[in-house]
Amino acid sequence: MKYKYKYKVGCSIENLKGVRDFIRGSLKNHDIPDLQISEIVLALDEMCSNLMIHAHHCNKEDLFEIVINVENNSPLVFEIIDDGTVFDINEFSTPAIDNIIHEKRKGGLGIRLVKSIMDKVEYQKTSEHNICRLVKTIRK
Amino acid sequence: MIHIKRLQEDGADVIALIGEIDASSSIELDLSIAKSVGEGFKKILVDCSALEYISSAGLGVFMSYIEEFKDRNIKMVLFGMSDKVANTFSILGLNELLQIGKDKSQAKQLINEV
Repeated sequence: MKYKYKYKVGCSIENLKGVRDFIRGSLKNHDIPDLQISEIVLALDEMCSNLMIHAHHCNKEDLFEIVINVENNSPLVFEIIDDGTVFDINEFSTPAIDNIIHEKRKGGLGIRLVKSIMDKVEYQKTSEHNICRLVKTIRK
Repeated sequence: MIHIKRLQEDGADVIALIGEIDASSSIELDLSIAKSVGEGFKKILVDCSALEYISSAGLGVFMSYIEEFKDRNIKMVLFGMSDKVANTFSILGLNELLQIGKDKSQAKQLINEV
């Protein structure tokens, strides 16, 4: 069986709670261990907040879409579909934790979290959209 | 949404976090820690027992105080985390950089160690 869940969201960080509820709701009946659901929720929250803040400057009129693909015995595939500027986390070097402490920088941690949690983060550009695809294999 | 309550116990400031901390609410955490520091507390206990979720924005707030607290001899201990919240700290190894107790009594022991 294949399942697809979709959610459209405006670029206000006030909407992150709704994003998390959507992801929890979509994954809850697929026999995925709770701790892994919470990690996925965290990774997608980080991706969405980065996109809202850095690519869209929190303009709530700008919308993007989250698509979750669930298929038996296959990795989970999450897509963030946006028509704005790309915020490619692969182009950012992951700062060392020591530097984060020393420079009191509050960024950089989210990217580390996403890269630790997800197996793959890739970007695809079509004529209309930027698609960020995150892949996660569930361990049972 | 996060609610933050502060109360004082045995000379320590206890900051209780209730709800979820994300990019939209991490400022509240920052303000309450800053307030505690501003009032001169040298011992800060952060009660995470009703903290349901924290993202990197919240983790970053804790990280941003590490050096200042070392310089000013302020001790901070977090306690009462659920497995999910504790996991978020450990993914980045922050459990090694911050002092984290299991419950309030362990946190008090940790904060009173010289």
